[in-house]
Amino acid sequence: MAVRYFGAKIKRNEDPTLLTGRALFTDDVDLPGMLHVAFLRSDYAHARIRSIDVSQALKRPGVVAVYTAEDLGDYWRPGPLLVPPPPVEGIVFNQRTQVPLAKDKVRFVGEPVVMVVAESRYIAEDALEDIFVDYEPLEPVVDIEKALEPGAPLVHEDVGSNVAAHVVQRKGDYEAAKAEADVVISRRFFYDHGLAAAMENRGYVAHWDPKAQFLTIWDTTQAPVVIRNGIAAMLGLSESQVRVIAPFIGGGFGPKIMMFYQEEVLIPWVAMQLNRPVKWIEDRRENFVATTQERYQIHKAEIALTKDGRILGVKDVFLHDTGAYDPYGLTVPINSQCTLLGPYDIPNYYSEFTAVFTNKTIVTPYRGAGRQHGVFVMERLLDIAAKELGIDRTEIRRKNFIPPDKFPYNNEIIYQDFAPLVYDSGNYEPALDKALELIGYEKFIKEEQPKLRAQGKHVGIGVVCYVEGTGIGPYEGARVRVEASGKVSVATGVGTQGQGHFTSFAQIVADQLGVDVRDVHIVTGDTAQFHWGTGTFASRGAVVAGSAIYEAAKKVREKALKLASEILEVAEEDLELVDGYVRVKGAPEAKISLGELAVRSNPLRGAVKPGTEPGLEATMYFGPERGATASGTHACIVEVDPETCMAKILKYVVVHDCGKVINPLIVEGQIHGGVAQGIGNAFYEQIVYNEDGQLLTASFMDYLIPTAMEVPPIVTDHVETPSPLNPLGTKGAGEAGAIPTAAAFVQAVEDALSDYNIEILEAPLSPNRLYELLHKK
Amino acid sequence: MKPPAFKYYAPTTVEEALALLAEHGYDAKPLAGGQSLIPTMNFRLAAPAVLVDLNRISDLSYIRAADDGGVRVGAMTRHARVERDALISARAPLVHETMPHIAHPQIRNRGTYGGSLAHADPAAELPAVTVALGGKVLARSQRGERWIPAEEFFIGLFTTVLEPDELLVEVALPPLPARTGWAFDEVARRHGDFALVGAAGVITLDDRGRCADVRLVFMGVGEGPVVAREAMNILKGEEPGEEAIRAAAEKASQADIDPIGDVHASADFRRHLAKVLARRVLTKAVERAQS
Repeated sequence: MAVRYFGAKIKRNEDPTLLTGRALFTDDVDLPGMLHVAFLRSDYAHARIRSIDVSQALKRPGVVAVYTAEDLGDYWRPGPLLVPPPPVEGIVFNQRTQVPLAKDKVRFVGEPVVMVVAESRYIAEDALEDIFVDYEPLEPVVDIEKALEPGAPLVHEDVGSNVAAHVVQRKGDYEAAKAEADVVISRRFFYDHGLAAAMENRGYVAHWDPKAQFLTIWDTTQAPVVIRNGIAAMLGLSESQVRVIAPFIGGGFGPKIMMFYQEEVLIPWVAMQLNRPVKWIEDRRENFVATTQERYQIHKAEIALTKDGRILGVKDVFLHDTGAYDPYGLTVPINSQCTLLGPYDIPNYYSEFTAVFTNKTIVTPYRGAGRQHGVFVMERLLDIAAKELGIDRTEIRRKNFIPPDKFPYNNEIIYQDFAPLVYDSGNYEPALDKALELIGYEKFIKEEQPKLRAQGKHVGIGVVCYVEGTGIGPYEGARVRVEASGKVSVATGVGTQGQGHFTSFAQIVADQLGVDVRDVHIVTGDTAQFHWGTGTFASRGAVVAGSAIYEAAKKVREKALKLASEILEVAEEDLELVDGYVRVKGAPEAKISLGELAVRSNPLRGAVKPGTEPGLEATMYFGPERGATASGTHACIVEVDPETCMAKILKYVVVHDCGKVINPLIVEGQIHGGVAQGIGNAFYEQIVYNEDGQLLTASFMDYLIPTAMEVPPIVTDHVETPSPLNPLGTKGAGEAGAIPTAAAFVQAVEDALSDYNIEILEAPLSPNRLYELLHKK
Repeated sequence: MKPPAFKYYAPTTVEEALALLAEHGYDAKPLAGGQSLIPTMNFRLAAPAVLVDLNRISDLSYIRAADDGGVRVGAMTRHARVERDALISARAPLVHETMPHIAHPQIRNRGTYGGSLAHADPAAELPAVTVALGGKVLARSQRGERWIPAEEFFIGLFTTVLEPDELLVEVALPPLPARTGWAFDEVARRHGDFALVGAAGVITLDDRGRCADVRLVFMGVGEGPVVAREAMNILKGEEPGEEAIRAAAEKASQADIDPIGDVHASADFRRHLAKVLARRVLTKAVERAQS
């Protein structure tokens, strides 16, 4: 019997290419005659553009063209709304999407105003200094509470207020539940989530071939097919005239699925205008202001409980900063609203949010995509409740878990995929138990912590639980083909940004076709290879594309068995696929290779039977009826120096349930990366704007992403509760590491500093903020 | 993030470099390790018309024993070499203790002692430590050379007394007297970041265990290294017990520094950290002086 790859901890197929520097990234594309672009961006958060003078820039040697909004003619138009608002009764949604170059008014620092095309990036940047824009500064909208006050300046005057959206969702009757509660706890929470800071910034290269009438675009996108379709429509080309290649990408994390970025729309257009290849690579300074981010929410939340700690209901009213435009609809605040309930059986829920336009960079999902905010509020409420009721914090969680026999569990509100928020499956206690065991909870509380306290050390523990909606539709597809060499090629429409698709997808196929995993060649992110798809987001690649690949591989397997059965004159059920051959069970010398079958299935002469498809190939699609709900527990031990207010994470444990695991090594890698970003969010990274709407943390000197020195050893383990919603039983794993990290961290810090009796209601927690809390400032 | 065009020279001798500096004056900027200058140029915050690259002047890279028992460090000596040098660890242990706090190994492979002093970042370690040790620097130009005490070298944010035609060529660190202890500590958001506050302390005890000499110098709380004179005065001539050190640290944080706030730390938090660090480094310096 051959190895079963599904579930095996194997090394990644793509790593030799990546580690030896042979992978193609967008900036590696270098075409003859290529021009380079630089953008003049707004220095103001909010200003009227009185005039723009580009005459000096045009005179600079090496400058080929300079464009303002006026120069774009009909091509200037607001971008599409990517995600329409969900069908919630009474919803208010004001759609205002970004424009390619600002016209009349700038709405955030970094908004592109003028595009310069030159023979080199150096010249293009020199020319930016030649341009004069006459701005009339306007009062900026920075604070989301003040933004809603009467008389506040307006980001979009025609909206009439700064309200981007208002949504209320209800389950049961919170007020009635509150009336029966023994305890009601209410607090105000602040949660700020920062920017992805992917290793590779964005970049676009476009090449228009006027003879072939064909446009090729290299794009750091997570959704190449959608980009291809959109760009073709905008430029008046047929989809078959455009090829979008999303090559290797140095991290996506969500911001690279914002469609369409201003630069993304302009680079292909200008390549066609000038008949020359054009490249724009975002630099790090631009990335801080021009690539989408997440931002803060302010929650006023309330929890009603019985005195023995059972949750009767939760009420949450929050404000969400959506930035200057809302092209991604309401995905982030809806995720906050829908993730807050967590793994708990909460009969009554009232949740209301207002999304607010501000003069800041656009907000779209970044790893976790609003889930962090909700989880933080819920976990903090439980911590405070546990303290007030004198119950152990792990017990209050255990007591309120949805029991395993209550699945599918309906939360009765609408999720980001417009389907009701129904958890497909889950079993939460085993993950909690395993995490407590791995972190050594009992021993820490009873023995280690008292001992350390006696030595004057402030060490605390944090344990939190979460769920993550993953693997949403609508669909993905895949084509699996056995080549004459016996190797298998697979194409799918999703993009890949480091998730290990070249391995996990290959594992699925290798098992079906009985081939070596290294003989399965995966192509992602090239619209010339696969025509349909939506993209890599919402922890859905393995679930949705993985399932489509599984179905296609299964179909190829059937074809191979059928053909081999005819050739070998043996019944299909007596055949097996092993080591690249179809062979007779019990008589392995009677065999035919997959390569030979591929050749035979594609004859050059003779007749084939009617209804026969040539080749060992199949294309299949998969669309789940709704998302699969992953879950887990994070636990950590943190040491705090109350004098310097510095904290050090000594140990971090994640027990995660993403259903059936395809490759534990890849899942662990995903979790480790997520935890690192979560730690950044908990203690280091913060986007700080001043009252003028200027970003004060616009470089890695001030925006502090954790390095190897700040990320502790992470212990991971798995619980497998298969999802019934897809043939593989998998759930998404991409975001879980990053979601409850801040909640775990602040609980541990509070515990470490229990003798100071502080309550931490915000994240990130900086040393400066901890100092203020400790000194009651 | 591309710099504007500039002229580039790579002299191989100090004399050639001095000639270039004399010729180009304020338009020229010497390039040492480039760990600050290059990013500044890429951000277009600095746009020198002429870069005088010192990296090919091998004569400027050395660590030598000085006749007075101290040590001389060539301006282009990389941090990584200083960090691992036996003479430094024997004769200037405070510098040795400080080196791992400077950024990351990759940066220490490029950054230089002289470059750090000449750049005069108020949050940099080596300016504070050099002042704490009572070091001095040698500046040369075509006009001649002069020794400048480190304490007089730094005159403001990223500003030193160097004239545009002068090159910092050497740093002299004096020997430590007997019964002298030292310590360096800092609080940084992440390992390798510029510190929110740092402190270097050097204490020499007399034969009765009282402070014959005290040096306490902060970084990150002013426009350059800040010498905590009031705090030093409290300790001078006194027995450096816990109470005296506490009082000195308190005084330092209130009277000697005037920090400003930024996104990472308010002025108030910086004062608090200065107090904590002053207490810690003075305590450790005394322990070492006593042992």
